[in-house]
Amino acid sequence: MIDSFWEEILDITLLSLKVSGTAVLIGALIGTPIGAVFGFRQFKGKRTLMRFVDVMLKSVINTFMGLPPVVVGLVVYLLLTQSGPLGWLGLLYTPTAMIITQLIMVVPIIIGVTMSAVGSVERAIRERALSLGATETQAAWLVLREARMGVLTSIIVAFGAAISEVGGIMIAGGNIRWWTRTLTTAIVTETELGNFTMALTLGAILLSMAFAINLVLTIVQLKGARR
Amino acid sequence: MKRLSKILIASLILMAAVVGMFAYEQYAFSQKSTIVLATTTSTYDSGLLDYLMPIFQKKYNIEVHIISVGTGQAIENAKRGDADLVLVHSKQLELEFVNSTYGIHRVGVMYNDFMIIGPTSDPAGINGLANATEAFRRIAEAGAEGNAIFISRADKSGTNMLELSIWSRLGMLPSNKTQTWYLEAGAGMGTVLRMANEKRAYTLTDRATWLSFKKQLTNLKVLVEGDVILLNPYAVILVNPEKYPQRNYKGALMLAKWMISEEGQNLIANFKKEGETLFKPIARNFNKAHELGFPDQEGEIVWYDAQNP
Repeated sequence: MIDSFWEEILDITLLSLKVSGTAVLIGALIGTPIGAVFGFRQFKGKRTLMRFVDVMLKSVINTFMGLPPVVVGLVVYLLLTQSGPLGWLGLLYTPTAMIITQLIMVVPIIIGVTMSAVGSVERAIRERALSLGATETQAAWLVLREARMGVLTSIIVAFGAAISEVGGIMIAGGNIRWWTRTLTTAIVTETELGNFTMALTLGAILLSMAFAINLVLTIVQLKGARR
Repeated sequence: MKRLSKILIASLILMAAVVGMFAYEQYAFSQKSTIVLATTTSTYDSGLLDYLMPIFQKKYNIEVHIISVGTGQAIENAKRGDADLVLVHSKQLELEFVNSTYGIHRVGVMYNDFMIIGPTSDPAGINGLANATEAFRRIAEAGAEGNAIFISRADKSGTNMLELSIWSRLGMLPSNKTQTWYLEAGAGMGTVLRMANEKRAYTLTDRATWLSFKKQLTNLKVLVEGDVILLNPYAVILVNPEKYPQRNYKGALMLAKWMISEEGQNLIANFKKEGETLFKPIARNFNKAHELGFPDQEGEIVWYDAQNP
């Protein structure tokens, strides 16, 4: 009895890590380059028009950074249901559906934070580098190097949002025991069942896990900043 | 720029690896026999399914994924092809499901009953009434005077559907918007029971969930029970394989057959909480099944028994 209790908690915790970790990993691979490109603001051509496009684009990204997870979950549900356009994939109520939900949620966060990190160092660094005789590409590379801490911040923020998210994965994953139940959805279930002790235990695990991961990332960040 | 392209290539390889891993996992999953059972919060929250399903899984080596939602949503999921069978309790929604031809072979499995619970002080004075409709009338009356609160599940669950049908017998359709004594929670039974306990309110609950939560609900007690309209029959309905051939019809049929078999029915009868039986089997008790709204129970049982999935 006790063994299966801890076995289940372990299973739930590992699934949470797997889903949010994968979503953030794929999200970083997609979001970081896009964020960097937007941060450079290299929109050449007619100036007023380009500035308009630039402002619109960034506002859209900033809006999507605050995308409500339940809405993402609902959209993913409607896409993946058997009567939806992607129903043939058979992905609804699987961990993959949960990763897709969180991926859609974290990509704008990573783009947005990376974008502003790159944007804030771009002008100073690039101009100095160019004036010291660097080529455009060399200057761009320097900017990216200088903004790397901001990129790491984007990953920390994205992971925090993903691991604590509940509404979206509840809809897309279905909260199936031993299969798509994560720490957050388990907390909802245990609360619904009145098992507050269990719910609090899971909450403590969630919090300490988030702390451990943030500790590692923060140490990396501080080390990088000192260099 | 060599470094940038190296990073790029490494990223692509990493991404391909991750995607590949999931594709493989998905493939392995699709090879395993799995069924999705969409069911109500009451069967899940009472612990019945966590007690039954491991036995079935072990015997037939089929994994059962349980989606526990209200009856309305469970049927909607099944209609969309996202479940293989449903275990629900709302005759009206069940018949709609079967008439739409998405659901087939509705068969009675078990029943329990609903009760009206409320604050121990009972401001509406319904304690001991045999007539649930009369009790509702008194709650509404006391509510209008500001002396009572009623909490509705308001989630299209079987419990909610029964509650609404009792109000409609009184020619009422209460709503939070116009009646301040009527709270629409939009939540599961457990949550609503705890809300009722906090607010010292009346509500309609199934016996199973009540018994599971009784210890925590110190401000509440059972006030009305035993009325025939409070009986709560559960049905199993299969999703029509002609609508969704990709679903696991065979697995669903095996689970349904097992639940209405002697073995399944005995297990249901032996499931107890606080020393009380929670669900009474009816699959093979034809008189009781007829009484509870399954006119062709014999026909369905004969059909199920003849199937050899």
